[in-house]
Amino acid sequence: MEFTFIEILRRALDEEMARDPAVHLLGEDVAAGGAFGVTRGLEQKFGAQRVRNTPISEAAITGLATGAALCGLKPVLEIMFIDFATLALDTLVNQSAKYRYMSGGQLAVPLVVRTQAGAAGGAAAQHSQSLEAWFIHVPGLVVVAPASPAEAYGLLKSAIRLGDPVLFVEHKRLYTMKEALAEGAESPPIGKARVARTGTDVTLIAYSAMVQSALEAAEELARAGVSAEVIDLRTLLPLDMPTIAASVAKTHRAVIAHEAVTNGGIGAEIAARIGAECFDELDAPVLRVGCPFTPIPFAPELERALLPGSGDIVRAVRAQLG
Amino acid sequence: MAAPTLNDCKEMYARLWRIRLFEGQVQRLAGAGEIPGFPHLSTGQEAVAVGVCAHLSREDALFTSHRGHGHVLAKGSDMQATMAEILGRQDGLCRGRGGSMHLVDAANGVLGATGVVGGNLALAAGAAWAAQARGESRVSVVFFGDGATGAGAFHETINLAVLWRLPVLFVCENNGYAEFTSRDEHSNVANVSKFAAPYAMPAQTIDGNDLLAVHAAAGEAIAGRRKGEGPYLLECMTYRMAGHYVGDAQRYRSKEELAAMQEKCPIERLKRHLVERGVAPAELDAIGERAKQEVQQAVERARAAPRPDPATVLEGVYSAASLAGIQG
Repeated sequence: MEFTFIEILRRALDEEMARDPAVHLLGEDVAAGGAFGVTRGLEQKFGAQRVRNTPISEAAITGLATGAALCGLKPVLEIMFIDFATLALDTLVNQSAKYRYMSGGQLAVPLVVRTQAGAAGGAAAQHSQSLEAWFIHVPGLVVVAPASPAEAYGLLKSAIRLGDPVLFVEHKRLYTMKEALAEGAESPPIGKARVARTGTDVTLIAYSAMVQSALEAAEELARAGVSAEVIDLRTLLPLDMPTIAASVAKTHRAVIAHEAVTNGGIGAEIAARIGAECFDELDAPVLRVGCPFTPIPFAPELERALLPGSGDIVRAVRAQLG
Repeated sequence: MAAPTLNDCKEMYARLWRIRLFEGQVQRLAGAGEIPGFPHLSTGQEAVAVGVCAHLSREDALFTSHRGHGHVLAKGSDMQATMAEILGRQDGLCRGRGGSMHLVDAANGVLGATGVVGGNLALAAGAAWAAQARGESRVSVVFFGDGATGAGAFHETINLAVLWRLPVLFVCENNGYAEFTSRDEHSNVANVSKFAAPYAMPAQTIDGNDLLAVHAAAGEAIAGRRKGEGPYLLECMTYRMAGHYVGDAQRYRSKEELAAMQEKCPIERLKRHLVERGVAPAELDAIGERAKQEVQQAVERARAAPRPDPATVLEGVYSAASLAGIQG
């Protein structure tokens, strides 16, 4: 049976709430289904105590969810746009991430913050950003960014069961993507990447919506006789370096693609690690594909012009091949 | 709410002294370079900690600020383990990972202290939400200074706590200063309790240096939270006899102000009250002397505690076994 990304997130939440009474949902408009309909119907099923609307108070609701996580709940908090996570940063960075370490292991924060990122449809500069790199800078957090519905289903379940604070980044462009869900499939573990396509000439490393672009680029490269391997990171913190290193050892070339701006992005971290761990394997400099260093514009022509895609990935690979 | 017995008062008198003397030792050890970082003392504010915590059990949740030593001790945490943590020792409450500003004693309901002003208010509301959701009778108490009312999180949290009828007691220690800046320079609202009215939250301003007044008001406020009456804001007017941190030169206070501070001392006030009730001054002196010995013993044992093993520095970042030791 096929599900959209939104439907499958709802199914994962529904199943986890049914399985574990500690799981509670909160966020702006979640009782009404949330801005994107992910939580639609869950209040009717689980009651207003477990699916709670909040005021537009990102600082307080993130603190509230963290305090509740210290005391036996497993909150799943929706921050409507990752752009608004700016208002939740104090708690996430100074509290949620550090509680376990600062308390010498006495307390933990089993919290999932679901948020939605990326550019699509003229959402403009304050509702389109890809800010996930900020969070991989903070020890104690986990950052997950699924690339497809089936992956989101399993990863959300794994995140809820993990026991540590997880930022779960959903790309708005993927929300309508449909995929079949294999019955009885195991949830992918947090921290493990997936080889989405095997190849021998170059490794394309991507996450979230850019995995689709990387697969399209691999298809185009294949027509030109270049065999590209595609790695879907799934988890951004921690990074699955063994999977990346094994692929680079085979292909000797790597291109990292993300929608976030290239500057200070996750690609920089991966490139540095490939340089340190796989230097002798490389036949070409590691290249990055990302957004130019510009806010996301409003007009459709400008938005399209700015966003990186499969063409940019193909060009990077061609540059490597010389 | 029954008034405390004479024996209760003597016990609370001892607790005031324990905190005062404990922090005196913190000041001394920080000055001697034995305490890393920059501890903040609650000297002069002890009656708030003791009067409120007298009504709490181990199960009740307590959150505090950077100025939290007194709250942790008043809640009943072990003096030696608290001092060992402030000294950064392996036997400390947090195994030397937290320090003065991040004391946690989960088994005793001390769930957090934060170095970010206002940063714990919402967490305390969250603990109250968990208690409400799980049908537990425990309450959540958070101590904060008047400086925290400048943070948006304060206003967001009280709105949410009232909306959700959360069993949380907000205890503001209005000590007249936000770090170096006096209240009249950082807010147009002289009394923090005024912020409660627009949110329809019950609130009261009391003399926070009068232990009996704190004890009475906190007792009623906590009983109301246990009965499910929603949140409450208790503003305790007090005075920070210490600087913002140990070593603060306090150039922002006049000589006259510093000279007058002893008048406000909550320990002196309780002593006068007890003497009026017929307790012999010698008995009170003996209580103070016992507290001094207890503190000294705890301090010496804490100073003898082992330092953490640097080889363990990477441990405990994540709780999931699969994430142990990960480096990004």
